[in-house]
Amino acid sequence: MEELSLHILDLVQNSLGAGAGCIEIVIEENTDRDLFLVEIHDDGKGMSREFVERVLNPFTTTRTTRRVGLGLSLLEMATRQCNGGIEIDSELGRGTKVRAVFQHSHWDRAPLGNIKATLITIISANPLVRLVYRHRVNNRSFSLDTEEVITVLGDIPLNHMAVLDWLENYLSQELNELYGGG
Amino acid sequence: MATLKSLDDLRKLREQVQGEITERFGGEVKIIVGMGTCGIAAGARDVMTAILQELRTRNIQAAITQTGCVGMCEREPLIDIVRPGEERITYGRVTPVDAKRLVAEHVVHGRVVEDLVVARFEE
Repeated sequence: MEELSLHILDLVQNSLGAGAGCIEIVIEENTDRDLFLVEIHDDGKGMSREFVERVLNPFTTTRTTRRVGLGLSLLEMATRQCNGGIEIDSELGRGTKVRAVFQHSHWDRAPLGNIKATLITIISANPLVRLVYRHRVNNRSFSLDTEEVITVLGDIPLNHMAVLDWLENYLSQELNELYGGG
Repeated sequence: MATLKSLDDLRKLREQVQGEITERFGGEVKIIVGMGTCGIAAGARDVMTAILQELRTRNIQAAITQTGCVGMCEREPLIDIVRPGEERITYGRVTPVDAKRLVAEHVVHGRVVEDLVVARFEE
């Protein structure tokens, strides 16, 4: 994957496949500590300890259509190339946490890329799933909780085209500020 | 303060939208985008972005959902379109440019874009 935001989209599909009703995405970019951290937490059905141990193997999958799964192994490979790694914390019936760490300055670290497109894709296709997004870049931070947006919207669905328009502008503005833009 | 202003905008938007009728075509058109690892690697996110842009430009409200790998990885990005009461059409190797065509032809006019079809199902 050319962008970390595509890995994030990929992991979120795993969470949705696990029946998650709430998904939290956390991104932390810390240049002082030279760390780039991505976490996905979900309240899906979780994985057994045995499955977690096998899950980084590309020949592991829950899919029935084909016997090879790649998402987590691709992410692990990407972290390893950048002096990092991934940790998976999962419990059956409770949910899963995936934490991926990269060396921020590493030559091979893919850029975050178009995280806005990833968020809008997730929200537009899953308006009933609560999405919490927390993003920190050194001392600046931004967060979005779709539940707060839903509270303001009342009975208008989150995937209404006018709402997605608003969201697009809002995210552009906030992400721009997060990176120190005017 | 940007956040508060934006929430104000959102409240205004709510008032505007509440009066509108969004029902079209006797129900919503369903669009399903393949978002497994294979779909994403093949460009599904850009296709999704193009679909959303085209729907917004044309002011069409459709129900978009995502799905995982369906076993036709080599034909990703895969897009299914279902108009109410009509058969489900699966399109393969869809590019962002194709996506706009699918909205204009199939979603709006019900004309199946034959050169991109990979499967058909009765719903």
